[in-house]
Amino acid sequence: MSAGWVVAIVLAIGAIAYFFSAQRARVQRDASDRSKEVPHSLPTYHGWLSFIFATVPALLVFLALSAVSSAILESRVRTEVSAHLSDTSAASLSIGIVHNVSSALNRLDLSGANVPTSYAALRDMAKSSGIVLADSGEDYMLPLAASVNADAAVHKLIGQGLTLLLSLAGAAFAYSRIRLRLRARNEVERVVLWSLLAASTVAILTTVGIVLSMLSETVHFFSEVNPLNFFFGTVWDPRFAAAGSGGTEGQFGLIPLLAGTLYIAFVSMLFAVPVGLMAAVYMGEYASSKVRSTVKPLLELLAGIPTIVYGIFAVVTLGPFFRDLSAALAGGFAFIQAQSVLTAGIVMGVMLIPVVSSLSDDVITAVPRAMRDGSLALGATRSETIRKVILPAALPGIVGALLLTASRAIGETMIVVLAAGVAARINFNPFEAMTTITVKIVNQLTGDLEFNSPQTLVAFALGLTLFALTLAMNVYALYIVRKYREQYE
Amino acid sequence: MSLESAATTAAPVARPNAPPKMQGDKVGVFYGEKQALFDVDLKIEQFNVTSLIGPSGCGKSTFLRSLNRMNDTIDGCRVVGKITLDKDDIYDPSIDVVELRARVGMVFQKPNPFPKSIYENVAYGPKIHGIARNKADLDEIVHSSLRRAGLWNEVKDRLNEPGTGLSGGQQQRLCIARAIATKPEVLLMDEPCSALDPIATAVIEELIDELRENFTIVIVTHSMQQAARVSQKTAFFHLGKLIEEGKTEDIFTNPRNKQTQDYITGRIG
Repeated sequence: MSAGWVVAIVLAIGAIAYFFSAQRARVQRDASDRSKEVPHSLPTYHGWLSFIFATVPALLVFLALSAVSSAILESRVRTEVSAHLSDTSAASLSIGIVHNVSSALNRLDLSGANVPTSYAALRDMAKSSGIVLADSGEDYMLPLAASVNADAAVHKLIGQGLTLLLSLAGAAFAYSRIRLRLRARNEVERVVLWSLLAASTVAILTTVGIVLSMLSETVHFFSEVNPLNFFFGTVWDPRFAAAGSGGTEGQFGLIPLLAGTLYIAFVSMLFAVPVGLMAAVYMGEYASSKVRSTVKPLLELLAGIPTIVYGIFAVVTLGPFFRDLSAALAGGFAFIQAQSVLTAGIVMGVMLIPVVSSLSDDVITAVPRAMRDGSLALGATRSETIRKVILPAALPGIVGALLLTASRAIGETMIVVLAAGVAARINFNPFEAMTTITVKIVNQLTGDLEFNSPQTLVAFALGLTLFALTLAMNVYALYIVRKYREQYE
Repeated sequence: MSLESAATTAAPVARPNAPPKMQGDKVGVFYGEKQALFDVDLKIEQFNVTSLIGPSGCGKSTFLRSLNRMNDTIDGCRVVGKITLDKDDIYDPSIDVVELRARVGMVFQKPNPFPKSIYENVAYGPKIHGIARNKADLDEIVHSSLRRAGLWNEVKDRLNEPGTGLSGGQQQRLCIARAIATKPEVLLMDEPCSALDPIATAVIEELIDELRENFTIVIVTHSMQQAARVSQKTAFFHLGKLIEEGKTEDIFTNPRNKQTQDYITGRIG
């Protein structure tokens, strides 16, 4: 019986429990005398409560037992494998082979006396059934894998039996508890609360997990490269060489990448902020509701375009256009390169327009109508009202919106990969190529590289730096936005 | 204090034979298809306080807002008939709305100071209309407006603090100071005391009485006592129609119309 079946059966038990409990509650309710005892909860709540009792504990126990079982088996494989090995660094490889052997035995349906005694024999058998096994397996792995399989089967049986028993017990318990005054409604409410809480915890835990995994690799990187050279180095030259091949340690200076990131983000903001803000003012203050209901979704359509498409647009259309334009202007010499800060900045700016305009529009329309009326009633024109009352009142919110936008710009990858080039250098000519942190992360992680060399690990340090940068901006933006909200409440 | 005695103590100071400052002639207001105001004929006398009373939704605020064309800011709102200010039709296409609103100021139901300093709140109108010639001039306008709004003594030491930090009654007086700083001829007040406590209300009412020396005032109010205390003329609206208008003392002591009588004695509304 597979795990899917167990879950399905548990759910079926829950459904049956729901049905009978609701029925029982209904019968009790109909038979009750309202003048003596008022029924507390509706029959559906009794049903849901029984469903929860039948399913939630059983499924949790099922998950827990599966985890315990695989942990036990894993540690057993580990101890036995390391008993056979002198070099512990290869242990993880051998453990992997044992697992492959286990699954091969399962798929070939071999157990007990049928298990071949030599690894080579098994490999041939597996090969004829289309299963590929590694060359470096050894004979001792076969009985180990077979006994692991046998244990796993026992664990599985125990786990499934316990789960089904628990489910039935839960259903029976909940069914027997049904009384007129049982506060089933409140108990269901509490379960709802806990499940909502669990859902929101997932996001937080994921973030923590991401940071921790990056952190451990970053620490690994900094054990090989001096943090001072990373944070203050002005040369980015990682030298794609194998680790430990002495004398070719690259230079991992963050500064050129940081400069490129900030420069390109700055150019894109230079383009996106005025356009987006003016669009937001038009939407919020001038547009009739008819125009607004057409133009706003159209503008937000821009936000739905995948950034890789913007990147293609930049590299295929806009970049060559700027190059040819500059060549025509300067009489043959193209002073704008096809891949340049300018191209990347403008295309990213276009991507950011809906972000700026939609965030600012929310802030602008949140300024109370009384402010507009007050100013208009004093004989101010609309644009005077916007400039002197609405924008100042909305300013903290707009600054917050711009910071959020800037962190989007800093974290953007696909556009800059295609449009800005890969040349890591400090340069203030917007017509030449520069590169960003995100581009270099992509560069360092793609290709056939040894994973624990500094050349690869630097990607994690870069990622963590980027994360810290955007996190700081977002926190600051939220702080400003929150402060602003308090003003009108 | 009875209504009668309150009404009789407020002596009218209307200049005899002076032409009305503003006049509505068959004014109707539509919100989309729905007509909210029907054929209102009303004269607003100069240097008088005219109060508009009536139950909620009777059109009194709508009429008030059509006097400085604030209804223009509402989508789908349309005004028919004629409203004049010193004989000029304010809905004439040649009229500059911005200029009109500088001449006909407005104070709203809920105090709405800008999120700026007290000084900047009052200086806002004079600045955009270029009333002050220099900084000293502007200071003088701000100070005298605050003085006339009865707020000077309370705020003179903190002119640079935000106007939103004042109490509700002070905020409303700040809004009055802001409105009179542009030197309007007419001041419209849309239930200016409905968000205030009785003490702040009394201060504002006293202020209204002083202001009518220099301004023509139209006030919408739900409180009949307030209408009786502050106004010389009263107009009663019901279901979008002007039912009765006249001297305040007449309306409250001797209403000609049955509906008016029912309303002021509390039987409808």
